[in-house]
Amino acid sequence: MNSGREVIDGRLTVEGFSVAARAFADKWKTHNQSLPPWSWVPLINRTLLLSNQQEEGYLSLENILILSSLEESTEDESLNVATECSEKEEPVDHTILVQNQENEAHYYDFHIVYSASYKVPVLYFRGYCSGGQPLSLDVIKKDLPSCSVSLLLQSKWTFITQEEHPYLNRPWFKLHPCGTEDWIKLLSQSSISAGCQMPVELYLVSWFSVVGQVVGLRIPLEMLN
Amino acid sequence: MANEAVKYVWEGAIPLQIHLHKSDVASHPAPPPALVLAPRIGYLPLLIPLIKPYFKDSLPPGEDSIWFDYKGVPLKWYIPTGVLFDLLCAEPERPWNLTVHFRGYPSNILIPCEGEDSVKWNFVNSLKEAQYIINGNCKNVMNMSQSDQEDLWTSVMNGDLDAYTKLSPKLKMATIEDDFSRKASLSSPQSRQGVTETDVAGQVKTARIPVRLYVRSINQDFKNLEDVPEIDTWDDISYLNRPVEFLREEGKCFTLRNAIESLLPEFIGDRAQTSGEERSRDDDNTEEADGLLREMGEIKLARIQGIEMKLEIPFSWVVNNLMNPEFYLHISVLVKAPQR
Repeated sequence: MNSGREVIDGRLTVEGFSVAARAFADKWKTHNQSLPPWSWVPLINRTLLLSNQQEEGYLSLENILILSSLEESTEDESLNVATECSEKEEPVDHTILVQNQENEAHYYDFHIVYSASYKVPVLYFRGYCSGGQPLSLDVIKKDLPSCSVSLLLQSKWTFITQEEHPYLNRPWFKLHPCGTEDWIKLLSQSSISAGCQMPVELYLVSWFSVVGQVVGLRIPLEMLN
Repeated sequence: MANEAVKYVWEGAIPLQIHLHKSDVASHPAPPPALVLAPRIGYLPLLIPLIKPYFKDSLPPGEDSIWFDYKGVPLKWYIPTGVLFDLLCAEPERPWNLTVHFRGYPSNILIPCEGEDSVKWNFVNSLKEAQYIINGNCKNVMNMSQSDQEDLWTSVMNGDLDAYTKLSPKLKMATIEDDFSRKASLSSPQSRQGVTETDVAGQVKTARIPVRLYVRSINQDFKNLEDVPEIDTWDDISYLNRPVEFLREEGKCFTLRNAIESLLPEFIGDRAQTSGEERSRDDDNTEEADGLLREMGEIKLARIQGIEMKLEIPFSWVVNNLMNPEFYLHISVLVKAPQR
């Protein structure tokens, strides 16, 4: 019988997700101290006034300043570089709103949510300025690593869509989970060939080592041990 | 006979009375509301080709995304129209009075909508998700030819059940056996041998059914639907996108109640009210745990496709007859909240 502590066919039970999430948060806290820790948000069903018996929830990492937007700001301070960028990259005038968004600091919230449909974790995120104004997808794409943008154009499984956050009733961006199980299977097969089954505690670490790069969050190698 | 209910579902419609929001009225006097019969299984943005010409002469210049609200609550265009109606009108309102806006899109609440294409891709993504739940992968949707995908979407847009019925076998969705049709075939002597084979194969079989559950919870008890307070925001509704694991056991009927309780475990005690002994036992447990007498929550109403469902109906019949075209069963539930 499946106790939920093993990864089978790249999929995760809801209990397995809880175990993997806490393991991931602990490892992150130990090995990634330059960034704030992930926190577990328990799913207390607001309108039903009761928490589910299974103690479900999701992982949250919020108010993350993305370095690439700061780098852009730094470059803008240099008059020569700004002029050069202006000539190359802006043949058409941007609206004032877009220009303001580009020059302000950009903050991001990340949530790792379990999908009961696909039985895999899903990354939701949103971007906003220091005043709380949401960023458009065009602006967000400029904050993404350049390899992610080309990934967006090429890969089916990793495209980003704007969807409703499953628990917050608000539009968020979502990394589509359609192909997750296939490449997790590949990762776990490589650990099987190394002589061990992938324990559920390593699922989210492995998953995030791929998914996190799409949004510019890398994890140190020690987390994978 | 067996397919009659599906036909009624596809023909289901809601009379709408659509008012132009006062901030969009640029002519005098204000135009009368548009009267539209909206398909239950359709989506509100698909009505825009009817509505926009009707109000064209009254609009100020400039354009933005079009959106709708009901009593101040922006309507989520990605939820089928019939589900919105079942969910937001505890007591059905006929005609349903909606307000249409041509500017001021509430992008902090609604995901963007760029017309028919957005609705189509929302439908296709739901279809993929449903196929993943049912079959374990969404390859048949992904491998569908462009023209077949287009034709499938057109059949849904036009409410064309015949065209849809011809195309949907290409999706190869696994099906579950209907208890009703099993009994019907049992009474036929010609199929006796076939039934025997089915019995062996289907003794224990698990299916995953795509379900979207919308839960409205009320604190005080109520006897009439008119007494239910109006919804202020979408935060008044809990939304669960979670499949039902459907375990078919021989000689046991998996009911709609069983399905809802599997998604809302805190309402399993609802059954205790039918048995004094069970109720007493539950009360004892609650006292030990909380030191307080806990009043059970209660499922007051379950609506699917506008029908107030008897909870003891076989879930397999509900699935085979009342699903939306994207293979999701949308259930609106009104509950009385458990009290501590």
